[in-house]
Amino acid sequence: MLQRVLSETVAVGIENVTKNYGSFTALSGVSLEIRDNEFFTLLGPSGCGKTTLLRSIAGFEEISGGAIRLYGADIAGLPPHRRPVNTVFQQYALFPHMTVAQNVEFGLRRLKQPDAQARARCAEVLELVQLSDFAGRTPAQLSGGQQQRVALARALAPRPKLLLLDEPLSALDLKLRQAVRVELKQIQKETGITFIFVTHDQEEALTMSDRIAVMSAGEVQQVGSPREIYETPRNRFVADFIGETNLLDVTVTAVTGGRANCILPGGRAIDCPAAAVLDPGPGHLSVRPERMRLTTPTDPESDTLLSGAVVNHVYLGTDMQVMVRLDDGEVMTLRLQNSDTTTIPELGAPVGIALEAGAARLLAD
Amino acid sequence: MAGGIADAGAGTGAGIYRGRAGWLILPSWLVIGFFLLLPVIMMLVYSFLTKEFRGGVIWEFSLAAYDRFFFDRGLFGDEAPVIEWTYITIFWRSLWQAGLATLLCLVIGFPTAWFIATRVPRHRTVWLLLITVPYWVNLLIRTVSMKFLIRDSGPLNEFLLWLGVIAEPVHLINTNLAVQLGLFYSYLPFMVLPVYASAERYNFALSEAAADLYAGRWTTLRLIILPVVRPGIIAGSILVFVPSLGAFLAPDLLGGAKTFMIGSLIEEQFKGNAGNWPFGAAVSMILLTIVMMLLLLYARTQTRREAR
Repeated sequence: MLQRVLSETVAVGIENVTKNYGSFTALSGVSLEIRDNEFFTLLGPSGCGKTTLLRSIAGFEEISGGAIRLYGADIAGLPPHRRPVNTVFQQYALFPHMTVAQNVEFGLRRLKQPDAQARARCAEVLELVQLSDFAGRTPAQLSGGQQQRVALARALAPRPKLLLLDEPLSALDLKLRQAVRVELKQIQKETGITFIFVTHDQEEALTMSDRIAVMSAGEVQQVGSPREIYETPRNRFVADFIGETNLLDVTVTAVTGGRANCILPGGRAIDCPAAAVLDPGPGHLSVRPERMRLTTPTDPESDTLLSGAVVNHVYLGTDMQVMVRLDDGEVMTLRLQNSDTTTIPELGAPVGIALEAGAARLLAD
Repeated sequence: MAGGIADAGAGTGAGIYRGRAGWLILPSWLVIGFFLLLPVIMMLVYSFLTKEFRGGVIWEFSLAAYDRFFFDRGLFGDEAPVIEWTYITIFWRSLWQAGLATLLCLVIGFPTAWFIATRVPRHRTVWLLLITVPYWVNLLIRTVSMKFLIRDSGPLNEFLLWLGVIAEPVHLINTNLAVQLGLFYSYLPFMVLPVYASAERYNFALSEAAADLYAGRWTTLRLIILPVVRPGIIAGSILVFVPSLGAFLAPDLLGGAKTFMIGSLIEEQFKGNAGNWPFGAAVSMILLTIVMMLLLLYARTQTRREAR
């Protein structure tokens, strides 16, 4: 797989940042290193602290402890208008009484750029977001997608060292959102600006990011490339939040050299990768729905690991979702690709489940 | 196209529910027509009639009222006309007093409105109620109280003397400053309430966006907040300026001969036996014309601004 070579320079250093609102802890000791020229995503459910962290970097929130470094310099004490950082707001926050051009030039004017230079830069970024013909309009005369691009142009115009994006696609409809993802990624590559992107949409995160930090309850759960996050989740939260997964309670017998030996429900043993070194005892296994096959449990040649009965199946077009209740009562969800050879098991039929190599993974907690 | 059909549907719905509500304005038209338009027309007619000796009018066409406003023809009316400055001066004083009152109300009222608009919704109602509390008392009584408060031996002077800020009482009564205080105090809520209504709808993300784009606090106030809250400021300014221009309680009670304003001039013409109804009516018409012209001027700049 082709992967971009990431710079080793640290653009943003988040060092043990905490944020309390009274007795509520929004961020509890978050540390992150965001590299130069990186498309970095903060991903998590609402209330996980991702927006608070973004707003702390922008300067809209005062952090309770820790340091925020931008290319080495601590900026945590600076007011927002002294930070060389620009933001694309969730609801865009375009100035309603100004034209598109006035909005885009706003930051340049505040930086006291000469008239001609500000106008040239404005034209340049409007060209970049393909809105050159709309310079004289007011925000109210634009569609949601166009407003979103003006917000992006306005934030890019002053050539910030860092661009913060607070769920900028959430107000767009699905089709547009998918198109803008590609565009946004393209613009990030062209401009070479470090992006920090906040979203609760895992698909958005997976398609655009160089690296993702998955957050929950004010803490970073895991940092890694989209592939690492999806294929090698560290704990139950990440496995469950990114994509669909089946969590199985197993008994760990031994963990050595990054691999674990576990006893599955039903008594069969499995050897699988482990996210951490665990003591023998109860553990949690993550199994992706698309990495499982149905087998005939009575066939001694089959590699059946789990057995149960089909309780439901749902036709999803390209896929078929099959739910199997295991003998111990737990329900597993499988995703089978539709093809001519796919046989649809009957409800109530006894089936076995086989796992593809690398389908299962022992989680840290 | 799905969008087109949906749009057409919405349009039809609006037509059904919105189209025939025109008669709702009828009661208001009746009231305005009878109690507002009719009196104004009466005044217009009166201003062109001849004055009766002890108030009232004689139904005989005359331009004497307007002539008296603009020209001085000597004690017996037989000299060559020269411009009469007395009333023009009164008008000019009224204009700047009203303008100053509007400005003061804005300077004090805007931060107040902003403060209230930034409280949690539960507390806003309480603050708004507090703003209106003094106005449950009659304006006349409040103005008289103000007179007692600021007179030479009043509490204000006593307090300042006690503090040692001043060596002898500040003479306020009968000055333009006293009238200004009265006007400003009378009309402050008319500024606070409309500005609050505008400020309450302000999207604070705009201030964040401005700060994010390198604007300091004052720049944000000047370039973002004031322009966005502008409709409320304009409404408040009209509500303060127009009644200040015609006010007569404050200039009567707190001022003297040198602080005379249009309202008092008009009042004087209709009160008691010394009055001159056609002249009072003529002054009213001139005041009305000035106010209408100012509002039209504003409306024109407004449409030009929107056309841009």
